[in-house]
Amino acid sequence: MSITQLSLLEQAVFVLAALVLFTSFALLGQARLLSTIHLFAWQGLALALVSSLVATATNEPHLYLSALLTLSLKALLIPWMLHRLVRRLELERHAEPLRHPVMVMLAGTALVIFSYWIVLPIERLELAATRNIIAISLAVILIGLLIMVMRRQAVIKVIGFMSMENGLFLAAVAATHGMPLVVELGVAFDVLIAAVLFGVFFFHISESIESLDVDRLNRLRARDKS
Amino acid sequence: MADLLNSPAAWGLALVQGLLFLLAAPLLTAWVRRVKARLQNRRGAPLLQPYRDLYKLFAKEAMVARTTSGLFLAAPYIVFGSTLLAGAVVPLLAVNLPTAAIADVIVLAGFFALGRFFLTLAGMDAGTAFGGMGASREMLVSALAEPALLMAVFTLAMTAHSTNLSSVVAYQLDAGLVLRPSYLFALLGLVLVAIAETGRIPVDNPATHLELTMIHEAMILEYSGRHLALMEGAAQLKLMIYGVLISNIFFPWGIATEFTPAALLLGLVAITAKLALLGVLLAVAETVLAKMRLFRAPEFLNMALLFSVLGLLSHVILEVGA
Repeated sequence: MSITQLSLLEQAVFVLAALVLFTSFALLGQARLLSTIHLFAWQGLALALVSSLVATATNEPHLYLSALLTLSLKALLIPWMLHRLVRRLELERHAEPLRHPVMVMLAGTALVIFSYWIVLPIERLELAATRNIIAISLAVILIGLLIMVMRRQAVIKVIGFMSMENGLFLAAVAATHGMPLVVELGVAFDVLIAAVLFGVFFFHISESIESLDVDRLNRLRARDKS
Repeated sequence: MADLLNSPAAWGLALVQGLLFLLAAPLLTAWVRRVKARLQNRRGAPLLQPYRDLYKLFAKEAMVARTTSGLFLAAPYIVFGSTLLAGAVVPLLAVNLPTAAIADVIVLAGFFALGRFFLTLAGMDAGTAFGGMGASREMLVSALAEPALLMAVFTLAMTAHSTNLSSVVAYQLDAGLVLRPSYLFALLGLVLVAIAETGRIPVDNPATHLELTMIHEAMILEYSGRHLALMEGAAQLKLMIYGVLISNIFFPWGIATEFTPAALLLGLVAITAKLALLGVLLAVAETVLAKMRLFRAPEFLNMALLFSVLGLLSHVILEVGA
């Protein structure tokens, strides 16, 4: 189905989904810690907008609720918690340039193409219009994974993890009009608890190795052995 | 279309459009400078100042260094000529003009490349350190900007099924308001390329002669008199061309599709408004941003390439469907 046959609202959903993908790429390339957190908040905002637009387009009021949940949790609360954490750990000016930026970006692009290739055989779906968004959400999940692999800073690894969760949420909204509310609440609570726990872990890591660079954890173990 | 190609009125219109490009280019530059001055709490030069500057430069004697070859003398005419030709094919007031037959984006990129080639050769010809430095930097920037430009253009071409500017604009007008993710990314990519190619602030500073970081100014340092006027005119034209490209491809509303006086007048008003708005945006961006280090320019252009590639991908994934 070509985009010209869709309503303006559905076109807006597509644009926002593409923006979510773009924020994933920006998260991958952004060196500054604080800007990364802000980008993550923008991604949450875009997701909330996608879900409320889908709610309007398909007339499913319970999606408004999950949009609200996404907005409050992923665009406001978790970024604020991470922000406070970074300030308490005095990492405001921390910047970690990506090693091999061009290769990593190319890998991200390859992941997008791969996820499109994966989604192509899917024929029957409830929503024909939002089918292709599944490719986007799969790409967001894989890029989240790539962020966790490529970045050394622990806070950014956590953000990569959360953006994977964003990709899952996008897939749920696009494929099945969102998850049942109970599941959604459970996931939201899970993510929140994870953020709190990660915060505690950050303190322990930074106390024991005086840095949040996770690569140093390997070195510590090597020294113990000898 | 065939009878239109031969009608003298249409050719006349194409000629008028080219002349309009030539006449309006300094005005756009002056407008950007003026808005920028206002934003910095200065009064700024009047809008006619670039015309006065050009007039003054044309009246002055042209000094040429002893060490230069004939290339140095020929370069301003080639640079200006190729830029003017590039301007003549871009639809400014109306689509489907006779010049639309060569209004291909790849031709446009070729005209720019020709001008740039001679500009850099001329920069190196005098044998000064600055000239060579500026030339190598210009080549660094353009080598990275060109793929991004072409990728953005291919994104448009995949939608409109043509690389012809006039057809792309006409297709856009026909389709009406369609929100396309690919166009958003192509627009962002093209804006970044335009900033790099016209030497505006995050990449190059158009208002400096003193910094060691200059790119465009370094190459034309040896020129004076009418040669300098031609070089400056070419730079102003290039800014205008990119402005018209961005505003007419992505926001084509108002451009004339028939050659009646009312439609043409509407086209003129529309393009003036669009360029004025674009000029304000450029001035604001230049006031807010600081110039980056030269070695960060590749990152900036990688970003442009990323935008263009994302545009291409989102076209394939989201817009075509299977």
